[in-house]
Amino acid sequence: MNKKKVISLIVRYSVYGLVALFFFWAISNNYFGYIFSESSTFLLLVKQHMQLVLVSSALALLVAIPGGILVTRKSFRRAEWVVSNTVNLGQTIPSLAVLALMISILGIGFQTAVFALFIYSLLPMYRNTVAGIDSIDENLIDAARGMGMKPVQILFRIELPNAAYSILAGVRTAIVLNIGTAALAYVVGGGGLGVWIFTGIQLFDNGYLISGAIPVTLLAIFVDYLLRLLERRIVPEGSRPPQEL
Amino acid sequence: MDKWIKFLEINASRIFDLTIEHAILVGAAILVALLIGVPLGIYLTTNDYLAETVLQIASVMLTIPSIALFGVMIPVFSIVNLGIGFVPAFVALVLYAQLPIIRNTYTAIRNVDPEMRDAAIGLGMKPIQRLFRVEIPNAFPVIMAGIRTAVVINIGIGVIAAYIGAGGLGVLITQGITRGDNYLIITGSVAVAILAMIADGFLIWIQKRYTPKSIAN
Amino acid sequence: MITFDQTTKTYEGGVTAVKGVDFTVEKGEIVVLLGPSGCGKTTLLRMVNRLETISDGKIMIDGEDSMSLDSIELRRKIGYVIQSNGLFPNMTIEENVMIVPDLLGWSKKKKKERFKKLMDMISMSSDEFGKRYPHELSGGQQQRIGVIRALAADPPVMLMDEPFGALDPIIREKIQDEFLQIQKEVNKTILFVSHDIDEAIRMADKIVLLRDGELMQYDTPSEMLVRPKSEFVREFFGKDRAIKSLSLHTIRELQDIIGLAEFDEGIEDTITINVNHDLRNTLSMLLNQEADQVIVIDDDGNKLGAITIDIVQKYLHFEIKAKPTLVQKG
Repeated sequence: MNKKKVISLIVRYSVYGLVALFFFWAISNNYFGYIFSESSTFLLLVKQHMQLVLVSSALALLVAIPGGILVTRKSFRRAEWVVSNTVNLGQTIPSLAVLALMISILGIGFQTAVFALFIYSLLPMYRNTVAGIDSIDENLIDAARGMGMKPVQILFRIELPNAAYSILAGVRTAIVLNIGTAALAYVVGGGGLGVWIFTGIQLFDNGYLISGAIPVTLLAIFVDYLLRLLERRIVPEGSRPPQEL
Repeated sequence: MDKWIKFLEINASRIFDLTIEHAILVGAAILVALLIGVPLGIYLTTNDYLAETVLQIASVMLTIPSIALFGVMIPVFSIVNLGIGFVPAFVALVLYAQLPIIRNTYTAIRNVDPEMRDAAIGLGMKPIQRLFRVEIPNAFPVIMAGIRTAVVINIGIGVIAAYIGAGGLGVLITQGITRGDNYLIITGSVAVAILAMIADGFLIWIQKRYTPKSIAN
Repeated sequence: MITFDQTTKTYEGGVTAVKGVDFTVEKGEIVVLLGPSGCGKTTLLRMVNRLETISDGKIMIDGEDSMSLDSIELRRKIGYVIQSNGLFPNMTIEENVMIVPDLLGWSKKKKKERFKKLMDMISMSSDEFGKRYPHELSGGQQQRIGVIRALAADPPVMLMDEPFGALDPIIREKIQDEFLQIQKEVNKTILFVSHDIDEAIRMADKIVLLRDGELMQYDTPSEMLVRPKSEFVREFFGKDRAIKSLSLHTIRELQDIIGLAEFDEGIEDTITINVNHDLRNTLSMLLNQEADQVIVIDDDGNKLGAITIDIVQKYLHFEIKAKPTLVQKG
């Protein structure tokens, strides 16, 4: 074993150690207690959280990907600049503000949170769809046209498979971001695990805080991992970036 | 419109103070993140094992929801009596800024044309000269892109820091939510957006100013 | 057969890329579109399968006006090969090659057989490469796959846009030869864009030399080399065009017409050359080796005679320059 490998292993295990130390500390202070003593509330919050994420992400998927495809068609190219800049500008508005502003339009509750999360998920999905399709070598499209492929065939057989890596990465980013933003749904009365985090902060109750924060974190990390696995299965072998091969 | 003017007249100095507070929080966090991230990113190009480990850790770090990370900072820093306020928010922001900075530095230095590196070696440059005269100048635009991403992310996340008493523009938004006052929410949001655009614009200016003309396209 | 009838291309801004070009590519011929960059050769090629619109005039394919056909139908009947090979990274080699048959709805069995046959043509194993992806192949292999993909549905016409331009010279020559062999078998009507004079001379039955969208000369390579019709053509082929013309002739042709020299048995370690080599290579060998003579052998290694610089020069002067029309390629 060489020195570089040793340094890498030391770093890796110190991080594992820190994480273990954190859990040991949290467990010995019984900070996860509420998960068990109020398990039905906990499960309800988890369910609410997942509903928020699923519904808003699914809606965003249905709008952002077809939108990205549409904007990259020849006849809509001119709209791309306008659409992209609007979406980019939207992203500089803080997620908390998007949620808060929705209150005055939609009132308080689940729908408000879902709508805000939906708006917030659009950008990563849309941007990566456009970038993925734009990055395809012009020559491929030229070859496809020259062989007599129809525009629809070019889209489904060439453009989408070759943009799949980028599109799915955008979907993953959006969903993982969404899990975190959904923790803010509490401020608009949307429920979810954020309820315990905010309760914990407001009451200085570390138990609620940790019992809310750690499950959200684990959920985000787990979903990220799951979606990466999915990407590996879906993206055609030949169109993955070199380091993934 | 009159209402707006009146609102801004009353609150102008407070908005200004909070903007400065926000900028200092983010600025300090980015500065420290740079001092850690850039040298680390450069070092990683010499150790592939460590590169994999560090990039993995940093990417997991970025998936941690911001309110959760801020929340967890409270009990952790309570141990040293710094539970709420500037310090936990600052530490969380430093952590969030790491991935884009480390990753971009690492990729940029690695992607410097091997022939250019060979030429530098052939000219008899020492490794440190090569780094400062060849590798960093050529990697500069990509490193700057990473810093810009980190800054924009941090300005957005900095809003959440208001919940753990770190101040900044998030205060306007959180107060607006509790009071049901849209003036406060909108003002806070617009101020954050403007701050992000100014910071990004400033960094683009630096990037253009210091990118060698021959590689700027 | 492809007929260009006053074919013209004018862009929106008023720039004319192709000006009233007239010529015919006969069935089974390779016609190379040659000229400096910006001469309109690629535009002209892309007008055939209507990737570029025709502003004025006509292009007829087997007597049918190309504009009267549906553009999708038209393109499926025309093979198309481009410089950057255009292989789809998301598809395996087999899927890439079989894409047009697939679009045409061929059966699985028919596709399988066709793929094997095409891969045999370029001496690549269909079992070994079928399931691989383009990035796993070398540049030369990718380009050969690009060529057989265009041949897949057996289109009567092929368009090739600098198909071998990105390859290094040694591999390029090998693939050019291989392609000429395939062409003998498949006998396609081919329009071929090149900016490389040597490639044009090697590949072409006829060359179309273009300048600023205008046809300067349409002739066989040897005619063009020996009897350029204008100063532009003369300069384009350069001062060494006489030497270039030597590449159109083999030692065997020379032997048949003026005969070889007796070889000197006394000289040890003499260099040998196959009788099927072209005269340009032979000449450069004579010059590079500083040898007075090179022994000519046939495929079985029998010594047929010797060749010298003098003999090559004599052939150049009295046979090529004096009787250019006699000379026909391959």
